[in-house]
Amino acid sequence: MRDEIKIAMGRRYRFAASHRLHNAKLSDAQNREVYGKCNNPHGHGHNYVMEVLVSGPVDPVTGMIANLADLDAFVEKQVLSDYDHKSFNEDVAVFRNTVPTTEHLCMDIFQRLKAFPQAKLERVRVEETGNNSFEYAGEHTEEMKS
Amino acid sequence: MVLLTRKIEFSASHRYDNPNLSPEENRRVFGKCNNAHGHGHNYTLEITVAGEPNPVTGMVLDLKDLKDLLEREIMQRMDHRNLNVEVPELAGKIPTCENIALVIWNLLEPKIPTGRLHRVRLYESADLFADCYRAAASNGSAPAAKAGN
Repeated sequence: MRDEIKIAMGRRYRFAASHRLHNAKLSDAQNREVYGKCNNPHGHGHNYVMEVLVSGPVDPVTGMIANLADLDAFVEKQVLSDYDHKSFNEDVAVFRNTVPTTEHLCMDIFQRLKAFPQAKLERVRVEETGNNSFEYAGEHTEEMKS
Repeated sequence: MVLLTRKIEFSASHRYDNPNLSPEENRRVFGKCNNAHGHGHNYTLEITVAGEPNPVTGMVLDLKDLKDLLEREIMQRMDHRNLNVEVPELAGKIPTCENIALVIWNLLEPKIPTGRLHRVRLYESADLFADCYRAAASNGSAPAAKAGN
């Protein structure tokens, strides 16, 4: 029997946003110890790169898993319009009570994109900087913890 | 198991146009990729092979063999070519990243000398790529494409 070969499409997007890593359940001293300079009271920001991987059969008419214009529009509506040039702590409702680490961003983005109608969402990968990246494939169902 | 990845780059032109669709439908579906005279990309191809290091050489496979295979099967076939008219394996298909990655998988998979082809990743630009890889477990739950399409 021949192996089944999967095909997936990856697309990168960019957003710039600010955040502060601070957990209200910890003392100020503990927050400083855990989060270091990311605990700066006035926040800081990053140019994030978000990589979205979707899979599915290749449509013989278009040669595509999903039309890029559809994926771009969905990502813009579900994520970028809410994330880009915002403060996660102040402007994005889910992060009012959740520390906006990039791990949590990946999980939130996965939730926002998993209903993409034209293909199956496989994985979300976010680069906070060129040296730090995080991935989430949705296998854990537990809720984000603050 | 160890994964080994080799990267190559090639430049090629293509056009997205399905003869079974009207010119208006082609423009609507493919947008600027339907431009009548085509356009081109610098493609980056990452080939990942999985295997155990040979106890004598310490290698999963000899990189020179992989380099020669990629030169013969991919560079000579696709570099500085028009993918629509010069690559027989793509005849009758829209030369999207997905379809090119599948063709590359089928060309290389039977010819990997040692180890096993694990993943083909083809970048059309820094922001768009297709991955072709072996499904982890045959549980039938995920949509998949047959390699023989």
